[in-house]
Amino acid sequence: MRIQSRSLFITLYLVLLFLPIYWLVNMSFKTNAEITGHLSFWPHHPTIGNYAHIFHDPVWYNGFLHSLTYVVLNTVISVSLALPAAYAFSRYRFIGDKHLFFWLLSNLMAPPAVFAMPFFNLYYSVGLFDTVWAVALAHCLFNVPLAVWILEGFISGVPREIDETAALDGYSFPHFFAKIFLPLIANGIGVAAFFCFMFSWVEQLLATTLTTIHAKPIVAVMTQVYSAAGMDWGLLSAVGVLTMIPGAIVIWFVRNHIAKGFALGRV
Amino acid sequence: MASITLDHIAHAYPGPPGAPKHYALKQIDHLWQQGRAYALLGPSGCGKTTLLNIISGLVIPSEGRLLFDNTDVTRLPTERRNIAQVFQFPVIYDTMTVAENLAFPLKNRGMERNAIKRRVEEIADLLDLRPDLGRRARGLTADAKQKISLGRGLVRSDVSAVLFDEPLTVIDPALKWELRSKLKAVHQALDLLMIYVTHDQVEALTFADEVVVMKDGAVLQIGTPAELFESPAHSFVGYFIGSPGMNFLPVTIDGARAHADGAVFDLDARYAPPGAGQKVELGFRPDYATISRQGPVAVRVDRIEDLGRRTLARFTLAGKEAVATLVPGSGLAPGDDAALTIAPGHAHVFIDDLRTEGSPA
Amino acid sequence: MMDKPWNNRAWLFVVPVLIIVLFSSLLPMMTVVNYSVQDTMGQNNFFWNGVAWFQNLLDPTTDMGGRFANALVRNLIFSLVILCLEVPLGIAVALCIPKHGWRVGASLVLIALPLLIPWEVVGTIWQIFARQDIGLFGAALNAIGLHYNDTQDPTSAWATIVIMDVWHWTGMIALLSYAGLKAIPDAFYQAARIDGASRWSIFRNIELPKLQKVLVIAVLLRFMESFMIYTEPSVVTGGGPGEATSFISLDLVKIALGQVDLGNAAALSIVYYLITLTICYVFFTIMTQLDQRKGV
Repeated sequence: MRIQSRSLFITLYLVLLFLPIYWLVNMSFKTNAEITGHLSFWPHHPTIGNYAHIFHDPVWYNGFLHSLTYVVLNTVISVSLALPAAYAFSRYRFIGDKHLFFWLLSNLMAPPAVFAMPFFNLYYSVGLFDTVWAVALAHCLFNVPLAVWILEGFISGVPREIDETAALDGYSFPHFFAKIFLPLIANGIGVAAFFCFMFSWVEQLLATTLTTIHAKPIVAVMTQVYSAAGMDWGLLSAVGVLTMIPGAIVIWFVRNHIAKGFALGRV
Repeated sequence: MASITLDHIAHAYPGPPGAPKHYALKQIDHLWQQGRAYALLGPSGCGKTTLLNIISGLVIPSEGRLLFDNTDVTRLPTERRNIAQVFQFPVIYDTMTVAENLAFPLKNRGMERNAIKRRVEEIADLLDLRPDLGRRARGLTADAKQKISLGRGLVRSDVSAVLFDEPLTVIDPALKWELRSKLKAVHQALDLLMIYVTHDQVEALTFADEVVVMKDGAVLQIGTPAELFESPAHSFVGYFIGSPGMNFLPVTIDGARAHADGAVFDLDARYAPPGAGQKVELGFRPDYATISRQGPVAVRVDRIEDLGRRTLARFTLAGKEAVATLVPGSGLAPGDDAALTIAPGHAHVFIDDLRTEGSPA
Repeated sequence: MMDKPWNNRAWLFVVPVLIIVLFSSLLPMMTVVNYSVQDTMGQNNFFWNGVAWFQNLLDPTTDMGGRFANALVRNLIFSLVILCLEVPLGIAVALCIPKHGWRVGASLVLIALPLLIPWEVVGTIWQIFARQDIGLFGAALNAIGLHYNDTQDPTSAWATIVIMDVWHWTGMIALLSYAGLKAIPDAFYQAARIDGASRWSIFRNIELPKLQKVLVIAVLLRFMESFMIYTEPSVVTGGGPGEATSFISLDLVKIALGQVDLGNAAALSIVYYLITLTICYVFFTIMTQLDQRKGV
């Protein structure tokens, strides 16, 4: 009896969770005429026109490309820079280490709204405005501290003896770090990369503020649909559905590590 | 409830259909008697934890019946079996005080408040937890927490058996001895059936009235510590018990003599010639074998280990390394020629790993 | 635990991170501070204004001050409401996630999905979903007699944003709680069963205490994100109707990027950032306190 009510509850929760998504998918296969005409649970005149439009219009598919590009760039940069720093925080004490760590974490609590305008000025003045690099670097504001925090937790879980043994065995530090240490914290790197990907992929305000034409991310392209004559709901829905796919793929691949990952090595 | 009976109990974990069953626990029949302390001793993977889980109810055996007194409890859930269990790490309720921890099982059974208080104090006295009753359980040391875990099992007066699953694992080595003595004192005070799983022979031999030695899912021998030491039924028992354990030399038997690589050992019984292909070994304990200048079997000393109370000499015989006690004052050093003497009655013959008695010589 | 050795050369490892965060954080903040203490006559002509912008902001009787005070109250109420909804719901979901078989992976993926949807799309989904004419939710609610209109009725607008946030983020609390629950060894449940504990008793005495640390992290993260919320309400209600759902970041972006009112924007930015930092600092301290009190 107890077991039944548990699976009932979670099934209900998942069904409700999927209702809005189902609705979006439903609309993505309808024409605008049908959408504004009447409400229906499935398309009576299904069309793939919305999706076709996206795949044929460079503005749209470039939008996806730009988004994916800066997300990958940001993940690589954030994790690469965070690794040595996390190692230092975990293994050594140095002047100002606690203060530096806390200051780093405080950047996680920086409201993007506060940085929208300053970033606009900053990246404009260094000539990076409207490039994927601008967004990739801007997202480092919160992703680098996050990666440092996550990696520090995982690195602290590896005993120091391993470092010392490698030193005694005559390994140079770069060799030790690359060949011996990194495989040990592969889990942690995966977790950090996942969260960097996630927070960069979903962010909108900074991505839109820092781009206009050449590096327009998909979320910015979507806002264009508003100013078009009469809302193109079908197109909007189709884009929405497509933006969910990268996220779904990533989660699918890490599904077995989700529990451990969310423990962040710290729970 | 007075006793626990294992009736043809065996356990194989479910595998692909059609594949031969792999038994984690091979068939065992045994009667655990009320009030006695038993130890399940063996290396990792020998099946001792599986057996304990069958008794506690965590695992339902794939074959056989489990009886508490005369009641079949094979499929009865844990909470209805009137047992208590102490795990490898302390299991306590963080948010409660020591007293509340101990009172918890009684409160859940609806016992009256004053009766609970009396019982809690009684058990706390037994376990030396009385001064800590008002403290939060969370802040205590590991051994105190294990005592609380045990105490929660003991407060219920309907408990007839206490099961221990390697309870000293997280205890400081310095405190292990104390906690072990406390467990023994509790056993004597409460006259409960206790079953204690461990891979540490010292724990097993000091705690138990009878020890069940297991390996690879099978019970090799059940006996008192003295029996296991003096008359191991299986070569593994001889090897596992004792520090260091028994020596084994491959030999050939000829009547009342054993031959190994030119050395001759006198046996105290006559043996019929073993069959072809059978593994024949001579087993003797370092405690009953001495190395000195004179003796029946010539060996060369490889190493000498001074353990304080006694000195051991390591040597090679018949291609195998062996160890025996060095006679004090013999003045032997590594590399010297020496002689091995096995005390009468302590040279055992093992055929196919089973100790075999001969006929009187 | 060995003490960590002193090694000031470790700074070299930290320098790259330091540079990029300085670039991303300190440099921009400097310009913000600059703007917050200056005023302009236009044409890039600035003069010192002292703390006038701040005084204006923090005085509820002024235009700006009143706007800010109201927005702050809205943010705090919003964060409180969603925390009260998402935390119990998240824990409940975590308790109900299947334990064995393919259902585990499937449930985890489905629960996590809303977390990886770009926030713009989350807003879009709900913008569509909540409309009375083309949205299932809006239409359904009106069909059963509720006067629901998220563009004209402040209550509906609030309800929509709250439900959207719960839809969006409960999964994170569920996953964090799930990780925390998985870390509890089976022996605790077995011991509780032997002790005759009821299901509720097991939750109160074993699961909840062991989830403490996870929950503090979850509450901290959710508070932070909800206090900084911008995209979703921007898409769904644009801050309206009127100013009903104008949260602080919505106002800030309007003032900074829309009106380019640098002085006010800068002052608001600093105060906003400071409030966030303070509350998070309090949480952080609680977390480390819990860590220390944990014991064995």
